Amino acid sequence: MTTVTLPQPPYVSGGEHEHGHLEELRRDPIGLMRRVHEECGAVGSFDLAGRRVVLLSGADVNEWYFRSPDELLDQGAAYPFMTPIFGKGVVFDAPPERRAEMLKNQSLRGPQMRGHAEVIAAEVARMVAGWDGERQIDLLDFFAELTIYTSSACLIGKKFRDQLDGRFAELYHDLEQGTDALAYVDPYAPIESFRRRDAARVELVTLVEAIMATRVGDDPPAGDADLLDLLMSVTDDGKPRFTADEITGMFIGTMFAGHHTTSGTAAWTLIELLRHPAEMAAVVAELDALYADGSAVSFQALREIPRLESAIKEALRLHPPLILLLRVATEDLEVGGYAVRKGDLVAATPAISNRLTPDFPDADAFDPERYLEPRREDDLNPWTWIPFGGGKHRCVGAAFALMQLKAIFSILLRDYSWEMAQPSESYRNDHSKMVVQLEQPCAVLVRPRSAS
Amino acid sequence: MKITVDRDLCQGHAVCETEAPEVFKVGRSDQVEVLMDTPDAAQYDAVRMAVKYCPTHALSIKEES
Repeated sequence: MTTVTLPQPPYVSGGEHEHGHLEELRRDPIGLMRRVHEECGAVGSFDLAGRRVVLLSGADVNEWYFRSPDELLDQGAAYPFMTPIFGKGVVFDAPPERRAEMLKNQSLRGPQMRGHAEVIAAEVARMVAGWDGERQIDLLDFFAELTIYTSSACLIGKKFRDQLDGRFAELYHDLEQGTDALAYVDPYAPIESFRRRDAARVELVTLVEAIMATRVGDDPPAGDADLLDLLMSVTDDGKPRFTADEITGMFIGTMFAGHHTTSGTAAWTLIELLRHPAEMAAVVAELDALYADGSAVSFQALREIPRLESAIKEALRLHPPLILLLRVATEDLEVGGYAVRKGDLVAATPAISNRLTPDFPDADAFDPERYLEPRREDDLNPWTWIPFGGGKHRCVGAAFALMQLKAIFSILLRDYSWEMAQPSESYRNDHSKMVVQLEQPCAVLVRPRSAS
Repeated sequence: MKITVDRDLCQGHAVCETEAPEVFKVGRSDQVEVLMDTPDAAQYDAVRMAVKYCPTHALSIKEES
C-alpha cells in the first residue's frame, strides 16, 4: 500500500447544472473536452451526472489507458446507453472474457477479406445502378443505407442482406439516435429519442421474425447457409435456442461498431475531398491509373491506394466517428501523477488527441501528405493518432473498414464526379448524441464522369 | 530482422498467423507464439504484412543490415 497521497485531477470550469457537465456534453462535447485539455492539461476531469470523468489527452496518459487490462479499466459498465439497443447478454452486457472471445470474429480475418471486397463492390454497384444524369443525394441517408447492406452482407450473409430494404436502415438509424448521454442519468428517461429507439428495436425484431418465418423448415446446404440459418439451427431438446429478439440483438451488436463509423467516415472523406479540389484531382488520377487495365475493384481494394488511403486517414483524424472512449476504474489507480478513484469513468478522446501539436503539425489542416514517407504521422504517434482507439482494444475492424472505404471510393470517384450542393462550412456533425452523425441537410450533386 | 511482441497488446487475433504461418502460431491460445525470432529473408515480406495488419499493433520488427 502506498502512503503518498496523490493529488486529484484538476476540475474543469462550468458544470453548475443539476447534472454537472451533462448538459454541455449533450450540446457541445468537443468544446467541453477541449476546455478540459486547455485548463487542466493531460489529466483533467468533469462531472457527468454525479460521476467523475477523468479525461486524458496526450501520448503518455493515452498509452497508460490503452495498455491497462480489463481488470483495471472495464468497458462493461461504461456505455449504459448501449444496453437498451443491444439487449441483455449482448456485447457490453457480457463479461470481458466472453467479449474477447466474440471479438475474435472469424469473418474479419484475412482470408475472408477477398470475399468481403467482392460483396462490397457489388453493393456499391447496386446502390448507384440507374444513376444517369445529375442528381442530388443526401450523404447521411446514402452512406447509412449503403453500409447497412455492406455490413449485413459481410457479417451476417448475402442471403440475409437480400431480404432487407431501406426500412431496416431507417430503423437502425433510430437506434443510433437513441444514444443521448442522458442515459447516464436514466437509459429509459421519457424522451422522444429513447421512445423512438425502443419502438425501432421492436420493429426490427418483427422484421427479423418475418425473415425467420420464410426459412422455417429450410435445411440449406452448408455453402448457402448464412449466420441466421446457423443460429436458427441451434436447438436445445429439439426447441430453437435463440428467440427472434435474441438474434436481432446479436445482429444489431454485430453491425453496430462498423456501421455509423464507416458511414460517417465515407461522408467526411468525400466532403474533405470536395473542399480540397487539388487533393480530389490527385485521388481521381490515382484511381484512373490504377483501374486503366480494367482490374477489379475487389482486387485493388485489398492493395495499397496511397493517396486515397491518406485522404481517408485524414478524414478519420479530423472527424473521428467516436469522440469519447470510456472505461470504469475497478480500483484506485494512478495516472500521470493524479489519483483515479474506484468507480470513476476514465476517458480517452480521439477528437482532442488527434489534433495535438507537435504530434500533428498544423493540426486543424486537412493534409493527407502527413501520412506519406517520411512523415508517417500515424505510425509515429500510435498513442495520439487514435481514430481506431489503440492498444489491446484497438478497433478489430480497422483493416476491414479501410478496405471497405477503398472499395466504395474506387467506384464513386472513378465513375462519378461530385459537387457540393450547399456552402462548404455548412457540412458539420450533430453532436447531440453519443453516436455522432452528419447533421442534415448534407446534400451533394453527383453525375457520371462520362457526362461531365 | 528481429521480431518483438508487445505482450500487453497481443489479443491472439491470429492475423499474423494468416500472413506468415511459418513465423507465427496462435491456434487456440490467447497470445501469439513466435516460431522464429529472426526469420529467413524469404519470410520478410510476409512478416512485414503481419506487422502492418496486426489489429492491436502488437508486433514490431527491427530491420538489420
